Amino acid sequence: MNAKRLLVPVIAAGLLSLAVTASSAFDEIPEQVTIDPLSQYFGAVEFDHEMHTELGEDCSVCHHHTTGTGTSDERCVRCHADSPEVAVVGCSDCHVTSPYSAEQIHREAADVYQFHIDKPGLKAAYHWNCRGCHEAMDGPVGCEDCHALTPEGDAFYHKDALTSTAEQGGHEEAR
Amino acid sequence: MSGISRRRFLAASVAGCAATTLAGSKKALAAGSFTGYPDGMGVLVDLTRCIGCRSCEAACNKEQNLPAPDKPFDDTSVFDETFHGGEQKRRPTENAYTVVNRYDAESASKPVYRKVQCNHCQEPACLSSCFVNAYTKTPEGAVVYNPKVCVGCRNCMVACPFNVPAYSYSSAFDPVVKKCIMCYDTRLKNGLPPACVEICPQEALTFGKRKDLIKVAHQRIQTHPGRYVNHLYGENELGGTSWMYLSSVPFDQVGFDPNPGTEPIINNVKDFLSTVPMVLAIWPAMFTGFHLLAKNKGHGEDDHDAEDHHGEEGGEQ
Repeated sequence: MNAKRLLVPVIAAGLLSLAVTASSAFDEIPEQVTIDPLSQYFGAVEFDHEMHTELGEDCSVCHHHTTGTGTSDERCVRCHADSPEVAVVGCSDCHVTSPYSAEQIHREAADVYQFHIDKPGLKAAYHWNCRGCHEAMDGPVGCEDCHALTPEGDAFYHKDALTSTAEQGGHEEAR
Repeated sequence: MSGISRRRFLAASVAGCAATTLAGSKKALAAGSFTGYPDGMGVLVDLTRCIGCRSCEAACNKEQNLPAPDKPFDDTSVFDETFHGGEQKRRPTENAYTVVNRYDAESASKPVYRKVQCNHCQEPACLSSCFVNAYTKTPEGAVVYNPKVCVGCRNCMVACPFNVPAYSYSSAFDPVVKKCIMCYDTRLKNGLPPACVEICPQEALTFGKRKDLIKVAHQRIQTHPGRYVNHLYGENELGGTSWMYLSSVPFDQVGFDPNPGTEPIINNVKDFLSTVPMVLAIWPAMFTGFHLLAKNKGHGEDDHDAEDHHGEEGGEQ
């Protein structure tokens, strides 16, 4: 997956302070991330990572406790207040693409010590993070604001179905 | 002679009644204990996550090879459609086994969306009401039906407490009931989640074993105080359902029957039904016996009277 490949793991062995970590890893932070797990129906999303790093107060807003910048979420902070930077920080490194496959359900059932039993899959992780923040900060929240439909996607949503509201651009309300 | 047959008859009828009553009560007890298959799958619908994108409707349409819709599946004007004088929102039909409705709940700051489909009851009313036995609750948790034996009587539509089964009114010659089958044929029995679950961008639909989903749901309520009303709809309602709901607003504000009870629908008639075999099989025999007895008794008394009479006559003589 491109998202996984492009979200190059940030290696920061030997770096002790947060400031040093952030500045030295800066070169390896991707400017652009291509997100395309839904490419059957939707064109790839070119995520402007650089622009969003400037918007976010710190990396933990999206990357939880994995970038070594601490975490402010009161539920996470009890265990992850001092969590160090980890080798992999890409979303798909933790959030699986098929959370409801038989294999995954069996794997989670067998892991009796697993604490995070209700972890979202990759698709939900993206949408909660992106769309949740967009909603809070009045960013774009319509499906096609981020996702251009492929011809297969047009067929899937029956975009050709006759309707007066569709002609008037009725999709604007869609979230 | 008549005295012996009377004694025999009374003993036999008492024994018969006792046996029937005991057998009947035992059977009723056993039939009431079904609480679903232990490893049945289910879906947890989290209304706080749904954004009303209707992708689940599109996925259902494609998976079940349903006819093209009147409006595109990303057209949100369908949320304004109402029926029966504005009271009724959209319901599943023969052409759409699931629909999403929007509710402007009074206690919510933004619209709440609710997906409607078959809830796949643990002890389904549709199954109980079907006299051709078209319905099956599979060990995987789905409530499926065999359209080949369906005679189109629509008993299940009346019986369903969620108004789910739809009817192919458009078919003039072979109308049958149509409803969500949890994608049993094409996905569930192959270890795949239903198509609507897979397409959902928000994981508003969580697929898993029902018993695990109950734990997950209660954990969500516990770890997000204020986000949910403290109730998992479908955990106990009507004997439990495989599809269960979490909501941020009271359930009656998003179109649910807030208190349908915890008894499966069939429990309303189970006591009555257990008496039917007794009434049909034992009563005719018993009352015929009583009738014969009464008749014989009459004859017998006549005989006694006659004998007594003879005796008296003899005595007098």
